[in-house]
Amino acid sequence: MNFETVIGLEVHVELFTKSKVFCGCSTEFGGEPNTHCCPVCLGMPGVLPVTNKKAVEYAIKAGLALNCEIASYSKFDRKNYFYPDLPKAYQISQYDLPIAKNGYIEIEAGGKTRRIGITRVHLEEDAGKLIHEEGKSNSLVDLNRTGVPLIEIVSEPDIRSPEEAWLYLNKLKSILQYIEVSDCKMEEGSLRCDVNISIRPEGSDIFGTKVEIKNLGSFKAVRRSLEYEERRQREVIEDGGELVQETRRWDETKGITISMRSKEQAHDYRYFPDPDLMPMVLDRDWVCEIKANLPELPDARKERYVKEFGLPAYDAGVLTSSKALSNFYEECISHYHDPKAVSNWVMVEMMGLMNEKGLEVEQIKLKPQQLAEMLRIMDKGVISGKIAKEVFRDMFETGKDPEVIVKEKGLVQISDENELEKIAQKVIDQNPKSVQDYKNGKEKALGFLVGQMMKETRGKANPQMVNEILKKMLG
Amino acid sequence: MKIAKQTVDHVANLARLYLSEEEKAEMTEKLNSILDYMEKLNELDTTNVEPTAHVIPIKNVFRQDEVRESLSLEETLKNAPDRDGSFFRVPRVIEE
Repeated sequence: MNFETVIGLEVHVELFTKSKVFCGCSTEFGGEPNTHCCPVCLGMPGVLPVTNKKAVEYAIKAGLALNCEIASYSKFDRKNYFYPDLPKAYQISQYDLPIAKNGYIEIEAGGKTRRIGITRVHLEEDAGKLIHEEGKSNSLVDLNRTGVPLIEIVSEPDIRSPEEAWLYLNKLKSILQYIEVSDCKMEEGSLRCDVNISIRPEGSDIFGTKVEIKNLGSFKAVRRSLEYEERRQREVIEDGGELVQETRRWDETKGITISMRSKEQAHDYRYFPDPDLMPMVLDRDWVCEIKANLPELPDARKERYVKEFGLPAYDAGVLTSSKALSNFYEECISHYHDPKAVSNWVMVEMMGLMNEKGLEVEQIKLKPQQLAEMLRIMDKGVISGKIAKEVFRDMFETGKDPEVIVKEKGLVQISDENELEKIAQKVIDQNPKSVQDYKNGKEKALGFLVGQMMKETRGKANPQMVNEILKKMLG
Repeated sequence: MKIAKQTVDHVANLARLYLSEEEKAEMTEKLNSILDYMEKLNELDTTNVEPTAHVIPIKNVFRQDEVRESLSLEETLKNAPDRDGSFFRVPRVIEE
């Protein structure tokens, strides 16, 4: 039997406001434990939370960028459960009137554009951090993160494969970074993801029994855990077994999901409106103003690169996948006339080196103007394309200007005819056999002689001139 | 009877309340009488009334995104039954 996979994602993203969502404590990451706390976020009796306007603005902004309807009336609710990372014993969240709903994002999967629905985007507060030390009978609690604003983005069960889930996450992250509401760093916990997955016989429109997966530390883990779970569920059904609705934990080292003994009534959160917080009437003028100030989003930018710069859709997609990369590219082409050439250097050399060194655009020393300058030096014939690659690597590693590198390393291309002829003569004298082969009609032998000249000049000889001179001298 | 004893058990468990059998019986009775009283409200026709999210007619109470000084570490940990350096220390909790 063929099965269809049905996946839905819940993504939590920390908004990068300066202060927490209901109090004035700093949201700064790190810091000594329990030093960003006050009576409000510690849940002391008698205190009143007051909503951070910026957090609401960011939530609206995210909703708009995800093509959602923005609620005109929205409120906060209490989600009640006991856990030591939650000092109030309830989390301030939104239940039935989220800030945004009914949106979508588009992903490119297998050459097709797929629209993935966004059920809702709501604003809530983050919980604290728990540390469980191996072999100790206690857990440690740091409440610095308690009360940092989060948005929860819930997708429709529209995702049909682990690959699509991965594409969805990348697109979502890219959009949120473009609109500058979060840095989306999974390693710092500012982006977290839970997934729901079920399978059903192909063609069926009834959902199968769903499993929730937790403890996903990277987008790669999301994809791997879904691949595993897809396979496991199929095997259970094929063996005549029955799936149970449960939460499973991803074990990264073993590469498997493990059932978490789910507590009964775990999902009975007894939501009710938070009487401490006043409802929000989201003024249409405000929403329009936020909409008008949305920056260009990745899809629009990609389209512009194709139209304006004539880049292939794939290249445009890669360059616009992250805002930082795209900004680097734009800065570079503002200093250089050929967008295609810049795109090639960025996509091949620069991204190659970034991959090799495990660096993000934000971390590299190379500046966009330096790449533009190097391309100009190349155009002038000062350095060859081959040498440029060497210069580029050096710029990437040291952040030095291309002129400086060329001068320091003596990389200026040799385009002096007399000098090249002298070197050519030497090569001809040293390689009589190849010379003879060439004269006997073996075209390949010329390539060998060109290579010898490049070796002799450590790659600095002007390649076109070398070809011409050798041909001329070999008559 | 709208509320059975099982419901009281369930809610008590969620709220981590440990009730004796007598207390459970008493709670069952009391909660039912409260609900009976609320039933009266159901006699009103509320078809065209928006659900009330808040009883006070105030909306949009916001603060600006400004950082204010937090408590000192010592103040924050003052009421903690147990601590370990800068951390609160609690009995081990790990999601099973």
